[in-house]
Amino acid sequence: MAVLVLAEHSNNALNDATARTVVAARAFGGDIDVLVAGHNARSAADAAAKIPGVRKVLHAEGEAFSHALAEAVEALVVPLMSGYDAFFAPATTTGKNVAPRVAAKLDVMQVSEITKVIDASTFERPVYAGNAIMTVKSGEAKKVVTVRGAAFQAAAGSGAAVVESIAAPSGPFKAAFVSEELQKSDRPELASAKRVVSGGRALASAEQFNQYILPLADKLGAAVGASRAAVDAGYAPNDFQVGQTGKVVAPDLYVAIGISGAIQHLAGMKDSKVIVAINKDDEAPIFQIADYALVGDLFKIVPELTSKL
Amino acid sequence: MKVLVPVKRVIDPNVRPRVKADGSGVDLANIKMAMNPFCEIAVEEAVRMKEKSIVTEIVLVSIGPAQAQETIRIGLAMGGDRGILVQTDMAVEPLAVAKILKAIVDSEKPDLVITGKQAIDDDSNQTGQMLAALLDWPQGTFASGVTKEGDKLNVTREVDGGLQTVSLSLPAVITTDLRLNEPRFASLPNIMKAKKKLIDVKTPADYGVDVTPRLQVVKVAEPKKREAGEKVADVDALIAKLKSVGAI
Repeated sequence: MAVLVLAEHSNNALNDATARTVVAARAFGGDIDVLVAGHNARSAADAAAKIPGVRKVLHAEGEAFSHALAEAVEALVVPLMSGYDAFFAPATTTGKNVAPRVAAKLDVMQVSEITKVIDASTFERPVYAGNAIMTVKSGEAKKVVTVRGAAFQAAAGSGAAVVESIAAPSGPFKAAFVSEELQKSDRPELASAKRVVSGGRALASAEQFNQYILPLADKLGAAVGASRAAVDAGYAPNDFQVGQTGKVVAPDLYVAIGISGAIQHLAGMKDSKVIVAINKDDEAPIFQIADYALVGDLFKIVPELTSKL
Repeated sequence: MKVLVPVKRVIDPNVRPRVKADGSGVDLANIKMAMNPFCEIAVEEAVRMKEKSIVTEIVLVSIGPAQAQETIRIGLAMGGDRGILVQTDMAVEPLAVAKILKAIVDSEKPDLVITGKQAIDDDSNQTGQMLAALLDWPQGTFASGVTKEGDKLNVTREVDGGLQTVSLSLPAVITTDLRLNEPRFASLPNIMKAKKKLIDVKTPADYGVDVTPRLQVVKVAEPKKREAGEKVADVDALIAKLKSVGAI
């Protein structure tokens, strides 16, 4: 049996979601090859070769792959699948964009955002915004799966897989990259951070969000998150959003500030190891899942916490 | 330009889903149902494009039980022109939905399909991408902005690190994200008018699509419960607790 894992990367660096997806693929079983499709992506391919448990890295170079557009990646992956029994992609926006195209071309039903591999055909995945956990069995000849990174811890150790260059289709493709606006930040990446500090609607403005949340995050070396309410109100950018429709995180420490705890937010963070909630409403649903609850005015508590840490 | 918008009937997003005691699924008996919120955003985007004279006709499709007709009526009241109900009581998986939609695209020949990025019941996030692949069309998934540039569409996408803009040749598939727009409420006069709009009723067999599920649901369970912890009196107590468990 063999699994093809799609690497998540930014050409010059490999994203942690790749190693987590490899861990899920190892639970599935068989030989594991990682596909790095990019432009000037040799360093990402070399990093993928160090993930423990990888047989080889397939490295496809082409300008069409510089931004991982789904049309180009599909054209690359589908012919490769004749040699594999499964395609595992991280449930990142890239993986979610590409995997269903591959599944449709292979005429198989995809299993989305798995949180557990039970055996080579059975998986667990959350449905209804995390209000239910579904166990599904796939009888498809080839499995196409996306993997929720927060549910799998990257394995320790280092591998030494070979990197093999493979031919890449050059297009033309019917979609073209125009531009991107990526948030520049020295903070850890939200999806894989060990600590996360999140702010909610109670911050009341973008200025106060920045003034109160960011210094605490920096003090803790934490990534910054936000509730959907805070994002909708314009206090924080969308890629900060933690929740079922945003990012799902499971850090060692999650600090929820001024977040009431809507179901959709809880679905995105309830697997965190230690949850701290700071809220002035002692009936807030977030307190039902918090390990440590501090009831009070966040505008007094947060600066005090930041200064005493 | 003609647009096709698939709409799904799902549990109302304000209702808390309950898992059935026998583990066979989520209990939907006598539960309030609604149009999937991402599908509402898709309908709204099509209607706005029609208001800007980019779009001439909006065809709504729903695949589901007889009651999915109500979901189509909501979309018609928002500004859709006519509907197609592909009636079935089976739970149809994204791949089969995409195949039915492909057959409808082959006969209706729209220039654009706008779908929600995912349905809030099975959270699959597959249908739009699968349809695009089956049609060999380009896709703009997780859209937060759509503009027409000559004979192409520029779609701004919500990606993990921020925003990405792609240019799509038409025909194309777009899937909607939350910030694309805020869907309107249908007014009473428009709800009355929508009752006169045409809905064709078909079956999956009319499109030659086998909707037998490929995935077998072994069980559906409640997620692990997390217990509430303790209240701490002040910042000092919080810091002491976090230190004691090694969290800081």
